Amino acid sequence: MNTLKRILTLLLVLAMLTAALCGCKGGKSGKAEKNELTVGIAQDLDDSLDPHKMTAAGTREILFNVFEGLVKPDENGNLIPAVASAYTIADTGDTFTFTLRDGVKFHNGATVTVKDVVYSIERVAGKDSEKPLIAQFSAIESVEATDDKTVVIKTKEPYLEFLSYLTAAIIPDGSNPADGLVGTGPFRFVSRKAQENIVLERFADYWGTPAHLEKVTFKIIENANVLVTSLKSGAIDLCAHLTATQAKELGKDFTVAEGSMNLVQAMYLNNAYGPLTDARVRQALCWAVDRQSILALVNDGMGSVLGSSMYPAFGKYYNDLSGYYTQDTEKAKALLAEAGYENGFDLVITVPGNYQIHVDTAQVIAEQLKAIGVKCTIQTVEWSAWLENVYKNRDYQATVVGFDTSAAMTAQSLLARFQSESGKNVCNFQSAAYDAVYAKALAETTEAAQIEDYKECQRILAEEAAAVYVQDPCDLVGMRSDLTGYTFYPIYVMDLSRVYFTK
Amino acid sequence: MKYILKKAVTMLITLLVISMLAFLAFEVLPGDPTTKMLGTEWTAERAEVLRHELGLDVPLPLRYLRWLGGFFGGDLGVSYSYSQPVRSLLAGKLGITAALSLIAFVLVIVISLPLALLMAREEGSLLDRILSGVTQVTMSIPPFFIGIIFTSVFGLALRLFVAGSFVSAEESFWGFLGYLFFPALSIALPKSAMTVKLLRSSILGELDEDYVRTAYSRGHSRKTALRYHVLRNSIIPVITFLAVTIADIVAGSIIVEQVFIVPGLGRLLLLSISNRDYPVVLSIIMIISALVIFVNFLADVAYQLVDPRIRLK
Repeated sequence: MNTLKRILTLLLVLAMLTAALCGCKGGKSGKAEKNELTVGIAQDLDDSLDPHKMTAAGTREILFNVFEGLVKPDENGNLIPAVASAYTIADTGDTFTFTLRDGVKFHNGATVTVKDVVYSIERVAGKDSEKPLIAQFSAIESVEATDDKTVVIKTKEPYLEFLSYLTAAIIPDGSNPADGLVGTGPFRFVSRKAQENIVLERFADYWGTPAHLEKVTFKIIENANVLVTSLKSGAIDLCAHLTATQAKELGKDFTVAEGSMNLVQAMYLNNAYGPLTDARVRQALCWAVDRQSILALVNDGMGSVLGSSMYPAFGKYYNDLSGYYTQDTEKAKALLAEAGYENGFDLVITVPGNYQIHVDTAQVIAEQLKAIGVKCTIQTVEWSAWLENVYKNRDYQATVVGFDTSAAMTAQSLLARFQSESGKNVCNFQSAAYDAVYAKALAETTEAAQIEDYKECQRILAEEAAAVYVQDPCDLVGMRSDLTGYTFYPIYVMDLSRVYFTK
Repeated sequence: MKYILKKAVTMLITLLVISMLAFLAFEVLPGDPTTKMLGTEWTAERAEVLRHELGLDVPLPLRYLRWLGGFFGGDLGVSYSYSQPVRSLLAGKLGITAALSLIAFVLVIVISLPLALLMAREEGSLLDRILSGVTQVTMSIPPFFIGIIFTSVFGLALRLFVAGSFVSAEESFWGFLGYLFFPALSIALPKSAMTVKLLRSSILGELDEDYVRTAYSRGHSRKTALRYHVLRNSIIPVITFLAVTIADIVAGSIIVEQVFIVPGLGRLLLLSISNRDYPVVLSIIMIISALVIFVNFLADVAYQLVDPRIRLK
């Protein structure tokens, strides 16, 4: 029995040691010297890492560092040549000619050739799978390498905005990202552990300015409070998309950079539901909310008020309708009475609970709508349930979420979902006038005319009150004070190639 | 030998039935993997293409047979949401859940053996009665509830750890073990209480045996008699109980991982269920059921080896 005693003692000591070491976390020391960065991200990337198949904004945000297209967006929203060194668009608006940049290397060491480009574009266009991986690529008529430096892409119809979609990743000829991610970006992919982390490493042979950091680890921390404590304890060095409350907790040892989230956050309305079928009722809701006070309550007044489905970073495409509706309770009541709802009605607002900002916004709206007799109930659901019931089955009354530009920064990506027949028309918005202007915009061959059409689209959305547009929320990035170089983009990406330690 | 063969066949059939039920359950459940995969890019058309790509448009029996063939050939399929082979996805997770279960198991032994001995020695005393009461209560608290109490008491109030600040073993081995300590303890407590109760009554049962009286007559005190003679005999039923407990612990870790945000098998299982990521869910179900069945089988065999009077047919 002595052996048993000895084993027990050993086990006890082990257990006590473990308990004593509990709470021991990764220290701060050495990270800056090693030039390694740990970034906290609030949700798991349960998504494909195939750059042509990924759907989550969170995945796109990270893989921006790994993959590049013929062109890529810069921080001002312009498209700059990347794998291509120059491009021309024919006056007809349907032929795009690219000149390949010399000496662009893949992460596997191979040099990018026109074959790789043709393969990548054809893969996205769905040459093997009959359907395009990115819907807009169905517009392609042909992809051709005219010599070993030039690729010509023709679209079936004039399609000016298609250039933006050519930010789609260039991958090696014949490769399948499922067997390993190989791109041309400033970082190369090292590993991914589900629900734990994603690791990237500096790519020394990058064609442009190489990244400063040697290694970046994205650590998945699904608890919002833990994100903040991890920043404070030094377990992570940088974290984006913080709320104003979280940012305030960080204190003076941290830098908080303010940018914009690049989302159209709105209370989207099911235009096919009961009272909401009447445009006057929807307009009444728009007149009833005070957007500025939503911003004040949700994010200390930071962010930009929106009046339609586009945000200011779109520059020339953006039609500033933020003053289209201002809070006017009397007008809202009058509109409701006109529509036969003088006593108001009940409204269920469904919100995905994993997005605090949408939950907060819904609460403020619910409070504000009381003034016109609309009694709101907030129903918080899981993201997957939201996707199933609200997005897919459109079985809801109102919902607060934000939509981003998805695959590329184009005006159409934010406006397409309001076409009557669109598969993504979550609002069930029906407007012949809108459909006509939208179709006209797509077919334009000059940018100026297209801009006018898109501005008109935005105006119709505001006038018809397809949704109660609220804001483009502010994006707060908290980081160690010795980090610098964080650059905001007008799309949902996180460029880490410019971030560096100052000491 | 014949017994083991027979048992092995039963095990296989049980596994088959489980896989069939799991497959059917997902067929009945509303929801579709393409919803999560396509997110806010979902359109009926794209979903159709994706379903075809994933082979979900194939009739159920054929789909099942394909999956079964792959599974027994060692191909667990590819996760829908992660589009990564399930095998590599699970490889990293098994270690975490195994470590958690192991720590929990060690804790069960460390807690229950001394406690049961103490209670048997002090049978009927105030201490025994208090401890009996405590074990009775602990036994009936589910691990996840203990977990919730732990996260608020040790986590939020005493700040001994922070739920969600999981450290992987590569980052810091001791940090990893440390983080798993409280989750393991919340699994171990109810199990220890059960073990204590069982071992205590088993010891007390043995105390009436003749050999104990002989031990006393040879000059042993109650303490030494307990330790050197009774424990050995009374531990046999407990060992089989502990074997089954291992399987219970692994299953229990699924919920506890959720409470403590441990990125192990259980957390992946729950996420995959909500994503309708069938290949991952089925593989995890199969691994856990195989473990439970196998451990039960081992317990049966051990029983027979220990006590030749038991003949299992």
